[in-house]
Amino acid sequence: MQKAIKKWFPVLALPTVVAFLISFLIPFIMGIYLSFCKFKTVKNAKWVGFDNYLKAFANEDFINALWFTVKFTIVSVITINILAFLFAMLLTKALRGTNVFRTIFFMPNLIGGIVLGYIWLMIINGVLHYFNATITTDASYGFWGLVILMNWQLIGYMMIIYISGIQNISPDLIEAAQIDGANSAQRLFHITIPQVMPSITICLFLTLTNSFKLFDQNYALTAGAPGKSTQMLALDIYNTFYGRVGWQGVGQAKAVIFFLIVAAIALTQLFLTRRKEVEN
Amino acid sequence: MKKSKKVLALTMAGCMMATAFAGCGGSGSSGSGSESGSSSKADTSGVKSIYFLNFKPEIADKYEAIAKQYKEETGIEVKVKTAASGEYEKTLTSEIAKSDPPTIFQINGPVGYQNWADYCADLKDTELYNLLSDKTLAVTKDEGVYGVPYAVEGYGIIYNDEIMQKYFKTDGAKVKSTDEIKSFDTLKLVVEDMTSKKDELGIEGVFGSTSLKTGDDWRWQTHLMNVPLYYEFNTGSESPITTCLNAKELEFKYADNYKNLFDLYTDNSCTDKKLLGSKTVDESMAEFATGKCAMIQNGNWAWSQVNGVDGNVVKEENIKFLPLYMGVEGEDKQGLCVGTENFFSINSHVDEATQQASIDFLEWLFTSDYGKKAVTTDLGFIAPFTSFGDDEKPADPLAKEVLSWMEKEGMESVVWTFAGIPSENWKNEFGASLLEYVQGQKDWSKVVDDAKASWKTEREATAE
Repeated sequence: MQKAIKKWFPVLALPTVVAFLISFLIPFIMGIYLSFCKFKTVKNAKWVGFDNYLKAFANEDFINALWFTVKFTIVSVITINILAFLFAMLLTKALRGTNVFRTIFFMPNLIGGIVLGYIWLMIINGVLHYFNATITTDASYGFWGLVILMNWQLIGYMMIIYISGIQNISPDLIEAAQIDGANSAQRLFHITIPQVMPSITICLFLTLTNSFKLFDQNYALTAGAPGKSTQMLALDIYNTFYGRVGWQGVGQAKAVIFFLIVAAIALTQLFLTRRKEVEN
Repeated sequence: MKKSKKVLALTMAGCMMATAFAGCGGSGSSGSGSESGSSSKADTSGVKSIYFLNFKPEIADKYEAIAKQYKEETGIEVKVKTAASGEYEKTLTSEIAKSDPPTIFQINGPVGYQNWADYCADLKDTELYNLLSDKTLAVTKDEGVYGVPYAVEGYGIIYNDEIMQKYFKTDGAKVKSTDEIKSFDTLKLVVEDMTSKKDELGIEGVFGSTSLKTGDDWRWQTHLMNVPLYYEFNTGSESPITTCLNAKELEFKYADNYKNLFDLYTDNSCTDKKLLGSKTVDESMAEFATGKCAMIQNGNWAWSQVNGVDGNVVKEENIKFLPLYMGVEGEDKQGLCVGTENFFSINSHVDEATQQASIDFLEWLFTSDYGKKAVTTDLGFIAPFTSFGDDEKPADPLAKEVLSWMEKEGMESVVWTFAGIPSENWKNEFGASLLEYVQGQKDWSKVVDDAKASWKTEREATAE
């Protein structure tokens, strides 16, 4: 069997490799190249060097969007993970109907971002209507709207990952701790959390990158309004690319910077949390 | 067991590859199909399909029907794709880079031409250009013709005459007929009086919602803005569009006039000011159609929208236009804002036979009996071509109104000067400013200053 896999490997991997090349690697390299060019469509690019990058950093909207994104990411990563962990703890207790609840909590994750954005826009505007306001009245409404939306969507997903982590903890460990007289807080901090560290790594990674890269929800919920004050990085890139004649290259440069930031954050976080993981 | 697994793996791999190749094969053949007829200029026999990227979502299905008819008559398939509202430039940018790009696309005037100059074929020798009733309308550069206008449009304040007549019969009505409204002051008097009598008139407000949701604010940041731009730039001998296009800075001389009318809209609206940020154009058109308001700013294209709303109470004979009065001197001679943002261009990057086939389609649309009928009745265009006789004018009530305003003695139409606005970004920023102003977060003077500053940066940013 092993030998057969080796023998057939190139054939079996070929479709994936080709798809990966066509839909990821080639556009990625082209994208980096285009970030150094002035272009209208990908076919008529003209090399301009670092000009686009200078313009991108001189652009106030970009810096504002960066800060907004950072703030949003910090808040939503913390709230999503704490709430998801609490739900996971709750739903691993021997309660009736835990499976039903798990399914229900997971469901929002199956709905697309744009649809969720419009649904929540209606809900939030519906509520704010009584206070004679809309989500565009104040930037903080948009901010918290996005946080609520993101929590609603991601908690179920993260919860499932935490549940599987919690269920993998050997009952012997808990029992031993109980016999030794550890109270529930001690059991949580000294056994459960260290034991689910791999799940925490994954959940942090997913929430961090998803929040940072958020586009659909941002586009549908606030589209940056009021002004550009709730515009996140991805949306800013999109608007730069299409909003001004001749600024496609700057949009592309912003996208490359964006990629570098996301990659740096994700790798640092993986490195840090990996160290804390313990062997079973 | 082992063997069956191997068989399974192989079959699956086979399936995957088959689908992958099927995908490649499909796109490959369509690519070669469009290139096959590149022999001589006029020979379009090899062309099987052309691709029209439509700008107007509200008439997308009408174009589908026309395409079907054209295929029946000539066998050439017209692929019609419609960009979502406000997304045309984005859609065109991505579509034109594909291997099967649009052969007919649309530019919005001189600014659009700057953007797409590489892709616009010269249309000087075409019948389409020769048929234009006013050749100065076309987008030209040096000797070449790169965009042919296909529809003249007009906008202003649309009103429901039924409600107006009801108002004129009330006690102490300020005027007795809409003909008497010839200036901002009269308009303001009437509107404010109507607001105080809104229960009697059965309306929730005089004006429909000033839709300021991002992406739905073009009626204010572009259309309403046109009037101050026109007065500011209609000074020299050149057309105001050219002057505006060359203006490095905006003085915004008529900012107070803009504010006059804008405030009148929001103060007498059927929606509270604070809630305007969530309103869309569709919603406000629906308010007008269902009789919740008496007036709304929009253009002749809006009739199909009003007519299509469930529970529309606006009768065809009652829908009329008023110009956008803002208190500028001599505005009693001001007509509607008339112009065009709709120019057909032919993609110069496709082979010549396909270009020719695309031109043939457009000529067919504006000269054949079926085509002309479709243009006037279904599409509702006021087509600026000599092939249309006097009896072939659009049937749509708002289009008729535009025509009658254009023909009114002594009235001067306001040229669509907004074609000279530096960039989409300027419009979006101005729209966002207006929203903040309405919500009470920005002073008017700041709105004006920001608009000027943004004009300068945008002009510089896009000048290269």
